[in-house]
Amino acid sequence: MILAQETALFDWEWVGRNLDSIWERTLEHLALTGVALAVGIVIATGLSAVALRRPRSYTTITAATGLLYTIPSLAVFALVAPLVGIGTSTQRFITAEIALISYTLLILTRNIVTGINGVPAGVREAATGMGYRDGERVRQIELPLALPAVMAGIRIATVTVIGLVTVTALLGLGGLGFFILDGLRRSIIFPTEIVVGVALSVSLAALIDISLLGLGRVLTPWAQDRGT
Amino acid sequence: MGSQAATDIMIRLDNVTKTFAGGTRPAVENLSLDVGRGEFVTLVGPSGCGKTTTLKMINRIIEPTSGRIFVDGRDALAVPAHELRRSIGYVIQQIGLFPHRTIAQNIATVPLLLNWDRARIDARVAELVEIVGLEPGMLTRYPSELSGGQQQRVGVARALAADPPVLLMDEPFGAVDPIVRKRLQQEFLNLQGRLEKTIVFVTHDIDEAVFMGTRTAILNVGGVLEQYDTPETILANPANAFVEDFLGGERGLKRLALRPVSQVGMKRGPVVDVSAGADEARRVMNEHSVDWLGLLDGDRLLGWVDGSQLDGGDLRLLEPRPFLVSLDSQSSLREALDAVVTSHARVAVVVDDGVYKGMLDLEAIAEEITE
Amino acid sequence: MDFLSDVAAWFGEVGRWTDDDGIIVRTVEHLWLAVFPMLLAVLISLPVAVWLGHRRIGAFVANAVVNIGRAIPSFGLIVLAAVFFARAGVSLRFWPAAVALLALAIPPIFTNAYTAIVTVPRETVEAARGMGFTETEVLWRIEVPMGAPLIFAGIRISFIQVLATVPLAAVLSSGGGLGQYVIRGFSQGPGGLVEVFSGAMLIAILTLGADWLLSRGERLILPEGLRGRSSEEIRVAASVS
Repeated sequence: MILAQETALFDWEWVGRNLDSIWERTLEHLALTGVALAVGIVIATGLSAVALRRPRSYTTITAATGLLYTIPSLAVFALVAPLVGIGTSTQRFITAEIALISYTLLILTRNIVTGINGVPAGVREAATGMGYRDGERVRQIELPLALPAVMAGIRIATVTVIGLVTVTALLGLGGLGFFILDGLRRSIIFPTEIVVGVALSVSLAALIDISLLGLGRVLTPWAQDRGT
Repeated sequence: MGSQAATDIMIRLDNVTKTFAGGTRPAVENLSLDVGRGEFVTLVGPSGCGKTTTLKMINRIIEPTSGRIFVDGRDALAVPAHELRRSIGYVIQQIGLFPHRTIAQNIATVPLLLNWDRARIDARVAELVEIVGLEPGMLTRYPSELSGGQQQRVGVARALAADPPVLLMDEPFGAVDPIVRKRLQQEFLNLQGRLEKTIVFVTHDIDEAVFMGTRTAILNVGGVLEQYDTPETILANPANAFVEDFLGGERGLKRLALRPVSQVGMKRGPVVDVSAGADEARRVMNEHSVDWLGLLDGDRLLGWVDGSQLDGGDLRLLEPRPFLVSLDSQSSLREALDAVVTSHARVAVVVDDGVYKGMLDLEAIAEEITE
Repeated sequence: MDFLSDVAAWFGEVGRWTDDDGIIVRTVEHLWLAVFPMLLAVLISLPVAVWLGHRRIGAFVANAVVNIGRAIPSFGLIVLAAVFFARAGVSLRFWPAAVALLALAIPPIFTNAYTAIVTVPRETVEAARGMGFTETEVLWRIEVPMGAPLIFAGIRISFIQVLATVPLAAVLSSGGGLGQYVIRGFSQGPGGLVEVFSGAMLIAILTLGADWLLSRGERLILPEGLRGRSSEEIRVAASVS
């Protein structure tokens, strides 16, 4: 049972009593985010490959993913929910994921394409001229050099998704957003639960953002300012 | 005709044509060109002449529309393109070093593609760094940390890594400033002297083309070969009005730029050793009909003194003025001419590492042009 | 197929459009909930951003604003604002959302306006000063016109973002514009999915329509010569930074 004390503005004892629940919801939050990003990256890579092979398709792809991006997340959940159903927890998970994934596609696709296109033409030509086959060149030269842009996109997409996951509380999921909604419904003037929900999701976002930043730095040693 | 049998032809283009999609006229039309083993051929011409397209067809960066291409005895169009390219060195204007790899890794690119073993690669990289004039300490750096000139040296090293017999170069020194470019050109010529590769070198600069090449191909729009001969011959006898136009003015001077001073007979000129007496000094001056004198200390040229400074005393006590311009044996006759025109004494002195070689005057130089 | 006919029926219900609780009223509320914070945001952040950009200081501020803005979940912000107002005894229909949306609206407007002015080439500004323009003239005749595309883009992006977040306010009470249909529908379980879907369609149409309209408007207002730095480039640039 989750109850907040009636007196203080922030009740630490509540936190202590509900650590299990908090932990569970954090894991749920991470799961929802992780799946969305993983699938999003896969799809965005595919879309990028198409866009790079056929430059004319890029406008269409951008328009389509842009559409998904512009439509409010709540509306996307709401459009998908009747199609997938919200009866079982699996259905709810899928509904949430579809919406979350579609939100990431614009940023990821755009950054992957920009990243690959940003590889200097001279580098590409030198690689071909030295005898790299197409696939080898993409894998060994272009993708590594596109990494900064791709990582930037992943960071933005991840932070955005972590924020959106809170909205899935309306579907009965929500990760840490559960506390936000639950706190709202139970007792709005005693915001312990709500604050926990918000603070933890923001912290999660900050933590993961910094980690990704660090990961990006590790993966791109050549782009660091080494001073001469 | 049949197959390209003679092994001293390294590259053969046989009626090669390239028409780009959407183009109304071919960029290169029916071009036939042979490059012999060890030759340094420069391709030069106005924009649109197809020189870069031609170069890129040799390693099939651009595929020819028709015609045949042979490299080192093999039909270039019959082997997989990437295999062909791994046996040809390629240096481009933008250099194109891989930013995410260290200098060592960049240089080792083709050997890695060819699966050389680690030890062999390391040895080769060390060797090349020395050959192109870089410091071993740069091997662990990234391209962004190097200057333009250094990067281009790495580009050359990278092209030479797998020791290909053929080197293709597309305006390789275009991206650096003129001073660095002059130095790179000279160093590269020295390098070629050691390595004796077969080189095809594209440039838009006629001066660079005649300076670097053993033979120069002058191309006109559409890949039309207007003249293909030694720079000396082209400058002396342009094949037609187009070539004459393209060579520009001052062809005589350009020819002079091709000849090193060492090829010409130098005179000793009015010089005496500082140990000589005043009479000897005066005698030498009169002999040459000049009012100045060069002073030597054994082998070393100290400078010159004006005739009026000779007061009969010890020559060693005089303070000779240095010659304004001093050349070495490798300097061109054109530089010598410039020195002659600039100097008060109307001569160009030649000194090699401090050792006096002789001097040239206007007459000596003019003889070279007219011969 | 049944579902779609149910949806059609929902739209066709008597009073669905015209009631106090109907689509038209809710759409107006939805738009007002977006426009009001936007106007305030523009009033607050635009002058500051433009001034900072003109003086070429405060890059750190611009950066911080962007990063903070991105990190705060709008949902959480709305609810926290609600807590505040609830404790103050104010009705939750309007103000929590308005305040939260104001906070949401500021970052894109601020950052874009700042960048717009700061990236006006120094040489251009110096040339103007050299020709005798006063500081005010430099600002209004040179920097602002040159920065106009980016500034408009920032406003457009901000507005669409705000418009898209309005529905979330529906969790608070009976506000949230068209979002109310979605929230209400969800709370009814599987039976409310018709309302959920219909509400979502309305929201989608409204948002996409507004985006389209603003893009066209942007293109019409901006003079040809300045179109160089398009909002496309900005979005790309912003996403890579």
